[in-house]
Amino acid sequence: MKIEEHQNNNPSKPAQRKASDFKIRSNRLSEFAVQRDYDRCIKCEVCIKQCSFDVHYRDEEDDLIKHRPENCVGCHRCAVMCPTAAISITPNPAQYRAHGSWSGEHVKDINRQAETGGVVLTGSGNDKAAPVYWDRMLINASQVTNPSIDPLREPMELRTYIGAKPASVKVKDGKLASEMPPQIKIQMPILFSAISYGAISYNVQKAIAEAAEELGTLYNTGEGGLHPDFYKYKDNTIVQVASGRFGVHPDYLNAARMVEIKIGQGAKPGIGGHLAGEKVSESVSITRMIPMGTDAISPAPQHDIYSIEDLRMLIFALKEATNYRVPVSVKIAAVHNAAAIASGIVRAGADVVAIDGFRGGTGAAPKAIRDNVGLPIEFALAAVDQRLRDEGIRNQVTLISGGGIRCAADIVKAIALGADAVYIGTAALIAVGCTLCQKCYSGKCNWGIATQNPYLAKRVNSEIAKNRLVNLVQGWSHEIKEMLGGMGINSIESLKGSRSQLRGVGLTSEELDILGIRPAGM
Amino acid sequence: MSIATSIEIDAAGLYYKELNAQIRDAVSEGALKVVLKNVTGQRYIGTNLYGTVDRDTLRKLEIEIHGTPGNDLGMFLDGPTITVHGNVMDGSGNTMNHGRIVAHGRAGDITGFSARGGEMFIKGNAGYRVGIHMKEYGDMRPVMTIGGATQDFLGEYMAGGVVIILGLTLKPGEAHYCNHVGTGMHGGMIFLRGNIEPHQIGTGVGMPELTDKDAELLTNYIAEYGRLFDTDVSEIKLEDFTKLAPLSVRPYKQVYAY
Repeated sequence: MKIEEHQNNNPSKPAQRKASDFKIRSNRLSEFAVQRDYDRCIKCEVCIKQCSFDVHYRDEEDDLIKHRPENCVGCHRCAVMCPTAAISITPNPAQYRAHGSWSGEHVKDINRQAETGGVVLTGSGNDKAAPVYWDRMLINASQVTNPSIDPLREPMELRTYIGAKPASVKVKDGKLASEMPPQIKIQMPILFSAISYGAISYNVQKAIAEAAEELGTLYNTGEGGLHPDFYKYKDNTIVQVASGRFGVHPDYLNAARMVEIKIGQGAKPGIGGHLAGEKVSESVSITRMIPMGTDAISPAPQHDIYSIEDLRMLIFALKEATNYRVPVSVKIAAVHNAAAIASGIVRAGADVVAIDGFRGGTGAAPKAIRDNVGLPIEFALAAVDQRLRDEGIRNQVTLISGGGIRCAADIVKAIALGADAVYIGTAALIAVGCTLCQKCYSGKCNWGIATQNPYLAKRVNSEIAKNRLVNLVQGWSHEIKEMLGGMGINSIESLKGSRSQLRGVGLTSEELDILGIRPAGM
Repeated sequence: MSIATSIEIDAAGLYYKELNAQIRDAVSEGALKVVLKNVTGQRYIGTNLYGTVDRDTLRKLEIEIHGTPGNDLGMFLDGPTITVHGNVMDGSGNTMNHGRIVAHGRAGDITGFSARGGEMFIKGNAGYRVGIHMKEYGDMRPVMTIGGATQDFLGEYMAGGVVIILGLTLKPGEAHYCNHVGTGMHGGMIFLRGNIEPHQIGTGVGMPELTDKDAELLTNYIAEYGRLFDTDVSEIKLEDFTKLAPLSVRPYKQVYAY
C-alpha cells in the first residue's frame, strides 16, 4: 500500500487534525481517558457547563462535543451529570512502560516539575497504599456469657463529655460538690474536624455547622476565622487559633464552645499553609480579616510558641481571653514523638489533645509531605493513650483522634484504642459530594465544595448537604450502638481504652505491642 | 455607680489569674482607669476584658502599670489604652485588635505579633521578631512606633500595618543590627531611620520612595512619640528614613507546580 493512500483514505476529511484538537499541555500522558459514546451523546452541553477544567468543548465545525482528556482530573462530575450516560472517565489505558521502581506517578510528577520548577501540590488525604491498621484490627462480640444488647430495645449511651476530668470528685447530698473544669456534652463521639471557610465554600461550612447543631455535636471553623453569618451556630462551634491568627479576636474566641490551637495537621506536619490569593474572595476576606486577593499565609510555626512553656503561655492566654469558660484544645499531627509531645501538651494545661493521622485531608499540601510525613493515627493514638496512662495524666485531657476515619468500625476501634472521640473531615466532604479528585487547591472544585467560585459553589445546597451529613452521622451512630451491643456494652464510656475488645490480624509482634492488643486467636 | 471611676490595685504577690480577675471585676463595676502598682511579671494584663462593658466604654478604659508586666501584655487587646512605666516583656500586643500600648522602656521579642489594629509606642529598643505577621483589614491598621532599634526578623511575614523604627538608641554613624528584615513580607510598610544594608533585608522586599501620605503618617507618629515620652524629636528628619514594602502580595505564587 502506498503511503499517500494510508494518510488519506477518506477524501471527505482533511488528513490533518485541527490545531484545537491537539493537547494544550506538555509531554505528560493524560491521567484519565474520556470516553464519549457518540451514539448516546445528544450534544446538550451539560458536560461543558459542569466541567471547570475545560475538558469538554463543542467543535462548531464538526458539530460535535469533543474533549481534552489531558485536562481531566477524574472528579466524574460530567459522567454523573450526563443525562444519557454517554461519558465514562477511566484511568488512561495508555500508560508509560511499567516499571517496578518508577511508577507513572513519579514520571508525571517529574515532568510537571521539569516544566514549572515548582513544588507538586495536592489536596485531600494521602492516597498511597501504606497499611491501614484499622483493617488489621477486629472487634470482639459476646457469645453466651455477658449477653449482647439490642440497641433498638434497650438504652445505649453514646453521650460524650469533652474537657479535662479531675482526678477525683466530691459528692454531697447526691450532688457533685467539686468544681469541674469546663465540659461540653455532645451526643455522639463524632465531631466535624477543622475545615476553614476559604478551603471550602460558604454553603458547605454552613451545612456542616447546621448538621453539628442538629446532631448535638461540634464543628470546627479551621483557621480561617468565623463568617459573621455563622456566629449563630456558636453553641456548636470550635474556633481554631493557628499560626496565621486569621480573624482571631475576642468576639471570635468568645463565640465558641471550645478554642483549638492548631499546631499541626496530619496531611502536612511541620509546615504552614498558603491559601492562594485566588481563593480570597470578598466574603473570605471578611472572615479572615485580610485584603481580597492576597495570599493568606500561615507560617510553619506559631511565632509565639517555640517550646512547651510557650504553648502553656498561649493556652492560658486563651483561657484568660475566654474567662476560663471553655476547654482549650491543642491539635498536633501524628509524628514520631507524638506520645512525648502529647505529654507536654497535657502538662501545659490543655483540656483536649487532638491528634491527626497522616491520612488526614487538606485543602492544599505539597505532595511530598502529604504522602511521606507523619504516622498512621492508629499507632499515634495507641502510643499517646498509653504514655498518658503510664504518667497518670490520662484523665486530664480528652483525646480526639482524626485523620483517616472512614466508617463506624474505625470509630469503635479508635475508642477501644484510647480515643474519647473522633474528628471526621474527609468523610463529611464525601457525604456532600466529594469524589477525592484531590484538586482542592485549584479552587475549581466541580462538586462546589473546595471553591469560592460562585458558579461552582451554588452546586451545593446547604440544606440538602446538611441532611446528608446528619444521615451519615446518625447511620454511623447506629452502627456504633450495634457493635457496642454486640460486645455487651451499653455505654461508649465503657469501651474507652478497652483494648481487650480488639485483636490483630497479620500484624508483627512489635506492631501488636505498640497497639497494645493481642493477635487474633489469643 | 458606686465605685470610683479610678481604682488602684496593688499587684504585689498576686498570681496573674488573681490580678487579672481583679482588673476584670473593677472594669465590670465601672472603673474607667485602673492603676496597677508593684507589677512583677504578671502575664496577660488587659486580655480578659471581653464581655465586661460595651465596646465604646472599653475604648475609654485606661490601664496604668507601674513595674514590669509579664509576657503577652494586652494580648487580644480590644479597646483599652495600657501605659507601662517600665519595660515590657515578650509578646506585648500579641494579636491585638484595637487600643493602645505605650511602654516607657524596652520591649521583648514578638512585640505586636499578628496585631490587626491599634497602636503601640515603645520608648527604647525591642527584641527579635518584632511586628511579625502584623496584618490590616479595612480601616483597621496597626501602627507600631519603636524609639530604638530591634533585633533580627523585624516585620517577618508582615501582611499589613506599619512599623516605624526611629533608631534613637543607635550611636552616631552606627548602622541597624537587625537581619532578615521583612522576610516573607506580603503587605504593610516598615519605616526605618538610620543605615541598613541591602543584605540585612529579606528577598521580595523593595525600597520605594516615601509618598506624601507616608510623610504625613511619619510626621504624626513622630510627634506623638515625642509627646508621649516627652522627648525632643526635632532632629528626626524624614529624609533619614528607608521605606520597606513588599514587591508582591502573592509572594508564593511561583512556588507551586499546578
